[in-house]
Amino acid sequence: MKNIPQKVIHQYLRHRKKFPHVWCPGCGNGIILGDLLRAIYNLGIEKDSIAMVSGIGCSSRMPVYVDFNTLHTTHGRAIAFATGIKLSKPEMNVIVITGDGDAAAIGGNHLIHAARRNIDLTIIIINNNIYGMTGGQCSPTTPLGRYASTAPYGSLEPNFDLCELARSAGASFVARTTAYHTTEAREIFEKAILKKGCSIVDVISQCPISYGKLNNFGSAVEMLKWQRDNTIPVEAASKLPPEKIKGKIIRGIIYDTDKPEFTEEYDKLITHLTGELSISKNKSVNKKVTGKAN
Amino acid sequence: MSKNRGTKPKPVLMQGNAAVAFGALDAGMRFFGGYPITPSTEIAEILSAELPKYGGKFIQMEDELASMACILGASIAGMKSMTATSGPGFSLMQENLGYGMIAEIPCVVVNVQRGGPSTGLPTSPSQGDIMQARWGTHGDHPVIALYPDSVLECYELTIRAFNLAEKYRTPVILLMDEVLAHMRESVILPPKEKLKILNRIKPNVPPEWYKHYKNEPKYISPLASFGEGYRFHITGLAHDENGFPTQVPQEVEAMMDRLLKKITDNLDDIIQIEAFEMDDAEIAIFAAGVVARSAKEAIIKAREKGIKVGLIRPLTIWPFPDLDVEMMLENTKAVIVAEMNQGQLINEIKRVTKYGHHSKFIKLQKYSGLIITPDEILNKIAEVK
Ligand SMILES: Cc1ncc(C[n+]2csc(CCOP(=O)(O)OP(=O)(O)O)c2C)c(N)n1
Ligand code: SF4
Repeated sequence: MKNIPQKVIHQYLRHRKKFPHVWCPGCGNGIILGDLLRAIYNLGIEKDSIAMVSGIGCSSRMPVYVDFNTLHTTHGRAIAFATGIKLSKPEMNVIVITGDGDAAAIGGNHLIHAARRNIDLTIIIINNNIYGMTGGQCSPTTPLGRYASTAPYGSLEPNFDLCELARSAGASFVARTTAYHTTEAREIFEKAILKKGCSIVDVISQCPISYGKLNNFGSAVEMLKWQRDNTIPVEAASKLPPEKIKGKIIRGIIYDTDKPEFTEEYDKLITHLTGELSISKNKSVNKKVTGKAN
Repeated sequence: MSKNRGTKPKPVLMQGNAAVAFGALDAGMRFFGGYPITPSTEIAEILSAELPKYGGKFIQMEDELASMACILGASIAGMKSMTATSGPGFSLMQENLGYGMIAEIPCVVVNVQRGGPSTGLPTSPSQGDIMQARWGTHGDHPVIALYPDSVLECYELTIRAFNLAEKYRTPVILLMDEVLAHMRESVILPPKEKLKILNRIKPNVPPEWYKHYKNEPKYISPLASFGEGYRFHITGLAHDENGFPTQVPQEVEAMMDRLLKKITDNLDDIIQIEAFEMDDAEIAIFAAGVVARSAKEAIIKAREKGIKVGLIRPLTIWPFPDLDVEMMLENTKAVIVAEMNQGQLINEIKRVTKYGHHSKFIKLQKYSGLIITPDEILNKIAEVK
């Protein structure tokens, strides 16, 4: 029987948790969660082997709704908590859900150091260009000149390019997608999870309530259309002349390489020192695919 | 020191920081995350070499915020974990220390104190963090903090810190004096088979029935590790017994009461306090850590002159041993509170001792970066009329 995408998602939601969720109508968080769950389903990963770790923010509320080992931590520190889990249990698939403020402002140090260590975490940054939860203050990804409740005259600060940051800090897999491009997002999440090493995915999302309103984007639908019209796949961009890609955001797999992964290297050290196989095993990805969800 | 010390215990010359590191290993600690800071750094250095030999993990994190966070993550994944730091780093750990308390995650945080505030006196002793250990993280919360006074006790209390952390599902703080951390003493460590090591209780119910913040048994629910099939949620938000966020006043109150009661209902088990020459003492000295060592020497000298003086030394500094101190001070005419700060313990003594009580409160406070000497204590004893 063909799997209906919604049905796939329902397999992963927590029955004991009372809905409705906390997110506003039109928010990108739910769409991205759906993409992620379909990716996990396609990879056939056991729920028990997934730890989903988040910081603080609207996006970071995601773990509570899903039936994994879930940890909602403090603002900015999800990656550091996740590092402890991964190093203790390398066989687990550790997925970090974090906002742009959570990951790149208060938690920026942990982001670059996870990338530098190339520790096998899948870090999904839901980038809505603003602090959603606290009511629309500017973030390190608020573009120059855009408005926020603490940038009432337009932001005077240039924004981070999170992919550039991740790549130069040492992550072995770096990608960007959007809430609009759901199939692409699912495929990228699958690759990011499978990747042995630090994967950082910058997912452009919409916060119609704060960022959208303050910057006259119109409805959530308009914001999704903006994502469609202002981004170019990396393959297409490489063939276009510079004037055609000016002002556009490049999406797709920006960087993908293989290099030593931290927990594996540590286990090699243990084996070397003790002559025994380390207590930890490799990440378990059960590749038995039971169906395809698109 | 070798992994196996044999059945015949032999004396070894050991530094306080090393005793902490080896105590932790003997307690079953297998994850250390930390950031270098004097005077605690030896603990990290020793463990970076030893842990992988035990199949454990060591990681030098990017800062103390991350250090505290990663040991909590490791503990949730099933490892006994710890970090070690000093004042400035301890300040950075406070938010996540509170997370460990509300989320009820066992771990041990060692704070080898140095002079503060700020960078202060990096290599000098101070007892300035006694109140930070109690109230450093925001919000209402009970705290367990232990305070050793010898190298052997560094070893013993480190093991005890892990036992209490596992038993009561909470971070436990080990407060140390710089002098002790760097002092070498000859110690005979107990044979490993004599050690009492506690491990957290694991659930034995099917996952559907598991509530990891249940009120029972005795306010402490068993704790499963991530990856064991229980798939539960942990948050720093106020939560119900399933770990899901709640703002229902009754549920919030129940959570707060449980966090408090799991400690206050077990004070007999948690509190350790030493009384030295207190039986007939007319003057009591209240001191912790290395100050208590100076006090003991002063007491021996004073007793030679016939002065009836004794020492009260808390090994558990938080929760404060209210009842024990009150009882021990009952028949004394004065209490000298000796501490290397501007007065943190003296207020506790005043709090637990009823005003109008015949005890006189005498303070001996030193915050110059030097320890309190036996002579200084003798001089104070002489002042008591
Ligand atoms: C230490 C600390 N500082 C500040 C806050 C307040 N705070 C909560 S969420 C948030 C910003 C979240 O923004 P972002 O990470 O972009 O996530 P979003 O809500 O947009 O998904 C802030 C500043 C906090 N909870 N903790
Ligand atoms: S405030 Fe913005 S980011 Fe937060 S839930 Fe609402 S739409 Fe989403």
